[in-house]
Amino acid sequence: MAAPELLPGRRPLPPGVAAGELAPHGTTIVAIVSAEGVVMAGDRRATMGNLIANRDVEKVYRADEYSLVGMAGTAGVGLELVKLFQVELEHYEKIEGTMLSLDGKANRLATMTRNNLGAALQGLAAIPLFAGFDLAAPSPDKAGRIFSFDVAGGIYEEDGYHALGSGSLFAKSALKKRYRPGMSTDEVIRLAVEALYDAADEDTATGGPDVTRKIYPVVMTATAEGARRLTDEESAQVAEAVVAGRMENPGG
Amino acid sequence: MQFYASPEQMMRDRSEYARKNIARGRNTIVLTYSGGVLFVAENLSKSLHKIGEIYDRIGFAAVGRYNEFENLRRAGVRMADMNGYSYDRRDVTALLLAQAYAQVVGAIFTEQTKPFEVEICVAQVNQRPEQDELYRITYDGSVTDEPGVLAMGGQSDSISGGLRERHRPDLPLEGALRLAVDALQSIGGEGGQPRTLSADQLEVAVLDRARTGRTFRRIVGAALTSLLAARPAAEAAAADQAAGEAPAETPGATPPSPPTAS
Repeated sequence: MAAPELLPGRRPLPPGVAAGELAPHGTTIVAIVSAEGVVMAGDRRATMGNLIANRDVEKVYRADEYSLVGMAGTAGVGLELVKLFQVELEHYEKIEGTMLSLDGKANRLATMTRNNLGAALQGLAAIPLFAGFDLAAPSPDKAGRIFSFDVAGGIYEEDGYHALGSGSLFAKSALKKRYRPGMSTDEVIRLAVEALYDAADEDTATGGPDVTRKIYPVVMTATAEGARRLTDEESAQVAEAVVAGRMENPGG
Repeated sequence: MQFYASPEQMMRDRSEYARKNIARGRNTIVLTYSGGVLFVAENLSKSLHKIGEIYDRIGFAAVGRYNEFENLRRAGVRMADMNGYSYDRRDVTALLLAQAYAQVVGAIFTEQTKPFEVEICVAQVNQRPEQDELYRITYDGSVTDEPGVLAMGGQSDSISGGLRERHRPDLPLEGALRLAVDALQSIGGEGGQPRTLSADQLEVAVLDRARTGRTFRRIVGAALTSLLAARPAAEAAAADQAAGEAPAETPGATPPSPPTAS
């Protein structure tokens, strides 16, 4: 009696709902290098299938004093990874009396992502985007660095800009045309919000600026002054300017 | 190795051992001031610290054998981070840590061949100086609550009295630092004479009351030298205030705020 379909590797997953449909996910997060450091911005939407699960999710976080982390994928898993990462960085700093190097932090995040591979293969994936101000860099315009990861914990340093999530392809296309090295942080912030707008324009799982509820993308910067989140007023100003520009020219 | 030693004898020997070794070391002072909690330790090393950050509003200071109090410090940080992560950051308190330290140090005193030759302080900065918490944990696991000012190390007994008398919880930073440094300088000199301690013989840190999140910060380099140099005005102000107020002060009365040193 032969049953080759029962061999390991040839059996499909049992029928049922894919876990991805059960937990909220979907996102666009962009990270862009500026002359003073790096900017990271993320949209606010979480989807479960065709439903909007949440309108004001925070996807970009301050990892520590000089670095930022954004998460795409299953919201609960991603949030847990971020919180654990923040505690780990703080713990190292207090125990050893000195901050980890930026590469060290990126490596640690890669290991954490790798450890989630089992859950990821079952539909509960969370992938980070990491960016920071490298205190060991020779000058501020070389201090902003961006790292991307894959689900198996592979680590890739990106040049200039990167985007993550279901809308990342659209955001990166927009950034490809508009990004130039050496832009100021303010210009880069505007650029990030424009890229998120373009992603939201094409991807249902990415939320655009909600002018009626005043829910705008989360924008954070990491410069020599440290990691900072733009206040609601500052984000509103940039987002409203972007929207006003699109009224004239919808393609941006 | 003797056949039998009475428990009293063994404990007394251990206490003697620990006390003698702690008494040989330099001193550390912890005190509250208007802007938070100040830690001042006599420390010749720039990198091997006696004062450390435990959590958002909690700091650590120690005297004694370095590797032993380093172990305790790391264990404290680990416990604080674990609790803060498992529950909430606000659930981590100095009291929790002090009790854990008392348990650990006490167990080591009783069960191990040799006690830890350390004395540690866990301090927490709260909203007002009167609310700040300072805990002392001794080599045998005793924990005491000493609000206001706490001195540890070799001649802590001789400096405690003077410190307590001159301490006011609403001193400015320069005044508080001057108080602590004067106390440290009054002991350990040749032939009992006072000596001068410079910035590179001191390790200074504060828990900054006004900050949110992590309040611990070290005062090093130029910041420390300029604070130490701010001495004359602050010292004069503290001296005036102590002289003017000591006779009139009644228990429980809140002293008026001292003239601010410019």
